[in-house]
Amino acid sequence: MPIDVDAVVLSNNRLSPNYNVVAIAAPEIATQTRPGQFVMIKQALDSEPLLRRPFSVFEILRDKDREPQGLSLLNKPVGTVTRKLFKIEAGERLRCLGPLGQPFSIVSSPEAAWMVAGGVGLAPFLTLAETLREQTVETTLFYGGRSTDDLCYLEQFKHLGVRLVLATEDGSRGETGLVTLPLARELQSTSVDKPLTLYACGPTPMMRVVAELAHTHGRSSEVSLEPVMGCGLGGCYSCVVPIHSQSNNTSSQLVRSCREGPVFGGDQVVWTALP
Amino acid sequence: MNSVDLSVQLGTVRLPNPLVAASGCFGYGLEYADVVDLSTLGGIAVKGLFLDERQGHPPQRIVETPSGMLNAIGLQGIGVHRFIDDQLPMLREHGVNIFVNICGSTIDEYAELARILSGTEGVAALELNISCPNIKEGGITFGCNLSGTYDVVAAVRKVTNLPVIPKLTPNVTDIASFARAAEEAGADGLSLINTFLAMAIDVETRRPKLSNVVGGLSGPAIRPIAIRMVHQCRQAVKIPIMGMGGIASADDVVEFMIAGADAVQIGTANFVDPFIWSKLLKGLTEYLQRHGHVSVRDIVGSIDLSESQTNTDQTWTSF
Repeated sequence: MPIDVDAVVLSNNRLSPNYNVVAIAAPEIATQTRPGQFVMIKQALDSEPLLRRPFSVFEILRDKDREPQGLSLLNKPVGTVTRKLFKIEAGERLRCLGPLGQPFSIVSSPEAAWMVAGGVGLAPFLTLAETLREQTVETTLFYGGRSTDDLCYLEQFKHLGVRLVLATEDGSRGETGLVTLPLARELQSTSVDKPLTLYACGPTPMMRVVAELAHTHGRSSEVSLEPVMGCGLGGCYSCVVPIHSQSNNTSSQLVRSCREGPVFGGDQVVWTALP
Repeated sequence: MNSVDLSVQLGTVRLPNPLVAASGCFGYGLEYADVVDLSTLGGIAVKGLFLDERQGHPPQRIVETPSGMLNAIGLQGIGVHRFIDDQLPMLREHGVNIFVNICGSTIDEYAELARILSGTEGVAALELNISCPNIKEGGITFGCNLSGTYDVVAAVRKVTNLPVIPKLTPNVTDIASFARAAEEAGADGLSLINTFLAMAIDVETRRPKLSNVVGGLSGPAIRPIAIRMVHQCRQAVKIPIMGMGGIASADDVVEFMIAGADAVQIGTANFVDPFIWSKLLKGLTEYLQRHGHVSVRDIVGSIDLSESQTNTDQTWTSF
């Protein structure tokens, strides 16, 4: 059940000019959150900017007894709200509504999990990796960015026992080019007898390629979409995405990504109709 | 402190308090059952319904603007039959007044919707959407035309005993004349205002920010215009008014009621803070206590114009 917390900012870790991680005290939300769910954030309940913004829950912050005490958000300063969030200081407050939306499905061993992240699309994968690794699922992160500065939290994923496959467009870290290149190669070279599910979050063209590669290789995939949202609760119908009708694969329907998503099957999404 | 009576009367409908969730901003109601005790609301105006399902406009459907937002959802909806079968049975369990917002492409469609809903348990009133700025067919064509407004209200009036509450558009020159037309046609109350037809352009791409090009502006940005319109309509008609447009605080609720609203609707502010309802009730109660009122009804239309330069003829040209 979603709740709204006037959360204290515990820290703002600016990883680079392009990324920061804001930690907030919100134990009631952290306790309920499952991998892939999101929160709606606003700096104060005033008119400017008016609407909340959706953020994936990046980390669940736990105390020494492993009890959830808060959560963190991975932020990239690109717009009004995200630029303010880049500057926020410990001790300030953030309104945080959540947890919201449908989480990822969690596969179980011997099925392996391949997570594919582009840039800030890394956000939902740390909690997913944690949950998967707790259940000893063999987990890989394919992670791409423009340059090495865009790749963050690598140590944390390594620490969880996640295999990393990195790619940067400028070649400053890992393979040069898009992360879907090594993904395509590994899908090609992996035996179809090895059970495997793909998870993707990042730019729409990247998620589309992941979904199509998965389909080609007979693998199931889940993608986390994050269109502009109004309310996050299913009230406004602003955040709809085109999904194949279950009964008839040639027609599509528009469903709310906040309520029926943000996680959808890669085969469900009508990629050609997504803006 | 003394207790205050927050109940209001809209025609034959008694509301436990004047706060109603605005149509299009609260889904079909059940979406919010997790976060709000629906029985604590004055009522819910459910998302606009046509006879049939509608897909609505493609994304992008929403864009933020200064102290407001534009939307062009395009009345995506499940249609009246699925509403009655899938939503209404659970919704009425919550014991909240349900205002069903209906929209048609023709007068016959409004009448047909009214007939269907009149035979359905749990509907408190019909809100006639003759004001959505985002779709071409129906609705707004009646709302922007005096005889169209009269004809839709009269046609629905003829086929139902439910209270009939047309929702007026602000996209007209003189809203008070539309209020009068609705009253003359037999409306039991008025909802006003719907959103303002508006537009935003991305200057980098030079493309409209909404897929529909134009959309409806809501939020605090429109509140002073909505207040003016409620004030004008209050002076023009006797029937109850549900006022709305950018309400975001208890003071805003009070302002609308002083201007002449018997009840108010909350829309955009519910997106920002879905827990706003209890805060508004608390603030409203405190206001009434501070001013020594025993009933919220005492403040309806209580605007003091004694020191103001007023025209008895409140058409906009006289300002």
